[in-house]
Amino acid sequence: MTLLSFDWPLLLEKFVLIAIIVFTTLGIALYTTFGERKVAAILQDRPGPNRAGPFGILQPLADGVKMFTKEEIIPTHANKWLFILGPGLAMVAALMTCAVIPWGGTVHIFNRDVVLQVTDINIGILYIFAVVSMGIYGIMIGGWASNNKFSLISSLRAASQAISYELAMGLSLIALIFVTGNLSLGEMVKQQQTHWWNIVYQPLGFLIFFICAMAECNRTPFDLPEAENELNFGYHQEYSSMKLGFYLFAEYINMIMSSAVMASLYFGGYDIPFVDDNLLYNSSGIWHTLAPFCQVGTLLLKIVFFIFVFMWIRWTIPRFRYDQLMNLGWKTLIPLALINMVITGSLIILKINHWHF
Amino acid sequence: MQALTQRVKQVDRKPMTLLERIYLWNIVKGMFITFMHIFKKKPTIRYPEQKREFSPVFRGLHVLNRDEEGRENCTACGLCAVACPAEAITMEAAERLPNEEHLYREEKYAAKYEINMLRCIFCGLCEEACPKDAIYLSETFTPANFTRKNFIYGKPDLLIPNVKTESGEFAKAKGM
Repeated sequence: MTLLSFDWPLLLEKFVLIAIIVFTTLGIALYTTFGERKVAAILQDRPGPNRAGPFGILQPLADGVKMFTKEEIIPTHANKWLFILGPGLAMVAALMTCAVIPWGGTVHIFNRDVVLQVTDINIGILYIFAVVSMGIYGIMIGGWASNNKFSLISSLRAASQAISYELAMGLSLIALIFVTGNLSLGEMVKQQQTHWWNIVYQPLGFLIFFICAMAECNRTPFDLPEAENELNFGYHQEYSSMKLGFYLFAEYINMIMSSAVMASLYFGGYDIPFVDDNLLYNSSGIWHTLAPFCQVGTLLLKIVFFIFVFMWIRWTIPRFRYDQLMNLGWKTLIPLALINMVITGSLIILKINHWHF
Repeated sequence: MQALTQRVKQVDRKPMTLLERIYLWNIVKGMFITFMHIFKKKPTIRYPEQKREFSPVFRGLHVLNRDEEGRENCTACGLCAVACPAEAITMEAAERLPNEEHLYREEKYAAKYEINMLRCIFCGLCEEACPKDAIYLSETFTPANFTRKNFIYGKPDLLIPNVKTESGEFAKAKGM
């Protein structure tokens, strides 16, 4: 009976939380595709999709139905299992990130304190890095299984790009970890609630992290893997129907997740700006119950803002050339991140020694 | 050499300044420009609800004209078919019978008059060639269709409604 002495309500709570988070993420991703088209249109003086429903808000549903009802084609010479595994892996890796992101404080419901974070593992950032790197497998496997030169080149590009930019990303984060002193995302957000946001301490680190996150998501200035005019859509060229949809979806979920990570690491996560969250929690009445939901809303707003910036950049700057991409990654971002690390480290040592040797 | 326009910009291949080489500042400038486009007026005409005004000389679908008494103007002289550079027009002439004076203005008329809308280039030369003011290009499009055969427009498709007998349709066709 030792097995059954498990904390079943906890399991249920986590399952419900995971379901809510995953489905919310999928919903947001659905509307991010719509948002992308709308933002692109508005930045280019067009009205954008406006036919399906009022202001076109049913457009993502129409797109989804279209994707589902299209013919599923698996090329004859493709490796069938890998071909199916590719988009699945991309999707799973994209969704797995949301496990460690703190979405809000604690909700008191059914006499339980529910923490709005699936799991606050103490190596949260490392976990995110591991999962994000796994996303590359989706692209690699898909590109390889397509048995097509363009897809293969594209997946190789994706892999090399991800490896190059993960380095700079990790180095820029090391400086942040110097400042915060731990790797848990939940702890980091709690620190930022009482202190300044980390962006104040790490502006350069944030810039590097932001650029690298854009490269990791294969967003436009760095979208060489799917460069449609050179590789005609790259790794998802042979894909059709919902398998293609999964790849496109995974990209948008990655974007949401990197926005959430950026918000949590540098912009206070679910911390409501200019408001003392603890005061809100300790107050009585409606604000006490609403506080965690306000925090979730704040985080979502921050995520939406970052997604908008992603799109804004996408529709502003053209794609880098491959050598420019590599130069930027290896010759600019990594040295900058190292310098940032050294400066942060020395300042912290100075501070520990009370600014004198 | 004199510049052809006011907007000529000399290309200089000076080495980039530090600010330009950092590239970030230029990205910020570009992003500012795109951001300003959010507030710009959109030139889109939302088609089925809004329609663009045609120019007064627009050349659209053909119309075979009738005179004020509702008689067909066309005498099947064939000048439009000769003038047509795309050879889209074919016709067959027939002689007016004594009891058909209210239908045809002159003693010869077109028994069959066909325009192939897939061949037609809407140049308007038929309109200019016509000595009887019988053919005009209107301000409408040729609607889409599923078969090539249906694009060969005959007399029933082309003739303007009769003022006398179908005044309602005539007014609608005139856009009044």
